Amino acid sequence: MAHTDDEILAGLAEIVNEETGVETADVQLDKSFTDDLDIDSISMMTIVVNAEEKFDVRIPDEEVKNLVTVGDAVKYISSAQA
Amino acid sequence: MTDQSPRVVVTGLGTFNPLGTDAATSWKNALDGVSTATTLDNDWAETYGLSVDFACTVAGDPLEFLSRPEARKLDPSGQYAMIAAREAWKDAGSPEVDPLRLATVVGAGIGGVWTMLDQWDIVRERGARRVNPYTVPMLMPNSASAHIEIEFGAKAGSHTPVSACATGAESVAWGMDMIRNGRADVVITGGTDACIHPLPLAGFANIRALSTRTDDPKTASRPYDRDRDGFVLGEGAGILVLESEEFAKARGARIYAYASGRGMASDAHHISAPSPDGQQRAIREAIEDAGIDGSDLKHVNAHGTSTPLGDISELESVRDAVGAEKSDQIVVSSTKSMTGHLLGGAGAVESIFSVLALRNRVIPPTINIENLDENVPLDVAVNEPREMPEGDAAVLNNAFGFGGHDIAVVFTNA
Repeated sequence: MAHTDDEILAGLAEIVNEETGVETADVQLDKSFTDDLDIDSISMMTIVVNAEEKFDVRIPDEEVKNLVTVGDAVKYISSAQA
Repeated sequence: MTDQSPRVVVTGLGTFNPLGTDAATSWKNALDGVSTATTLDNDWAETYGLSVDFACTVAGDPLEFLSRPEARKLDPSGQYAMIAAREAWKDAGSPEVDPLRLATVVGAGIGGVWTMLDQWDIVRERGARRVNPYTVPMLMPNSASAHIEIEFGAKAGSHTPVSACATGAESVAWGMDMIRNGRADVVITGGTDACIHPLPLAGFANIRALSTRTDDPKTASRPYDRDRDGFVLGEGAGILVLESEEFAKARGARIYAYASGRGMASDAHHISAPSPDGQQRAIREAIEDAGIDGSDLKHVNAHGTSTPLGDISELESVRDAVGAEKSDQIVVSSTKSMTGHLLGGAGAVESIFSVLALRNRVIPPTINIENLDENVPLDVAVNEPREMPEGDAAVLNNAFGFGGHDIAVVFTNA
């Protein structure tokens, strides 16, 4: 069953909060993982792996560098699960 | 050390162990003679056939002290050490020190065993991609020292002695040397371990090191009792802030005690059996290094793990190293009777208890002694705390580890 974009955003926000302590409310579509949320590359990998499990998708390593903003990640997950 | 070497003082204490989640509570419970050993609240004995189903677990939940993201990047051994380091640093008054003059020396006897085995379970059950990318930095033995180095911005060096059950005391000894050699003004030092896991329990049980008093775990750790039958596994961390006397006095720091001397020896004898020769050399070296006379020793916080052979041979080593005629004022205690054996954390937490005994002039008890072993060659604080006389005094902390590592540290009053 596919998740809506809102559900993906909310789920990502929970993962980001769990892994990094960033408030869920700060995890918005236009926020950059590195520049706005101060998430390093290792934490990004833990977020990716958790997101893969939560949304039952595969995010290849070479795609991760393209996920600059939270919106990029939501969009990728949304299309990957379709 | 030369006469020009800086003297080393202890200015901060922090610990997270079975007796308490801070130094003050741990000390109070040590003087009250609290036993922390309990039957473990899990099914390991039944599931795995473990012969020993009790241990001394830490007194609190690390998540009450660390944020969840912090905790997720630290093995339990690293969590305990970080909590203790923050307490010790604050206790020292958060010294303002040039980062290039601040170092960490924090060891682990075993290190991230939980992380290694949990992540191996994940590999097998869910595949390699699910492995936490922080796995290696969590399980490496230098993890605690590294995280503490980063936390406090220590740029003079970050070191990790690994010498089994001698680790915590060896870290203190190397921390002292860093200051005396001029490499740092302030050193955050100590040790940690978190090994209450079926694998280490099975390993220690099979080498016949653990007490099997499963029907009465509270009294199982009973150093110097005639019927002692092995140690009780514990977990926890102890951290001390050491400074050069000059630096500490210049900033008006509260000084608990001098870390005056250390002795380090190796047995070249046997991987798990103790050797009086190495123990005596370490003790003699520490006394000489401290510039004291054996008769100044008022208290020994002994390694005393509650094993049939080790307890007596250690005290004979103390007597023989100090001299029978000079050891009559020594009151021995093993706080492992209350905390269990913290492995890499042991020598550090016991150094903290040594410093607090000196500072407060009271010696914690060795609990659970029903019948004092008639072969005990020194005076022991049996079941009740003892006063330490006023005046100049020295306290010795011993720690010995598998591999034949012998560490002795001498503290003297400020």
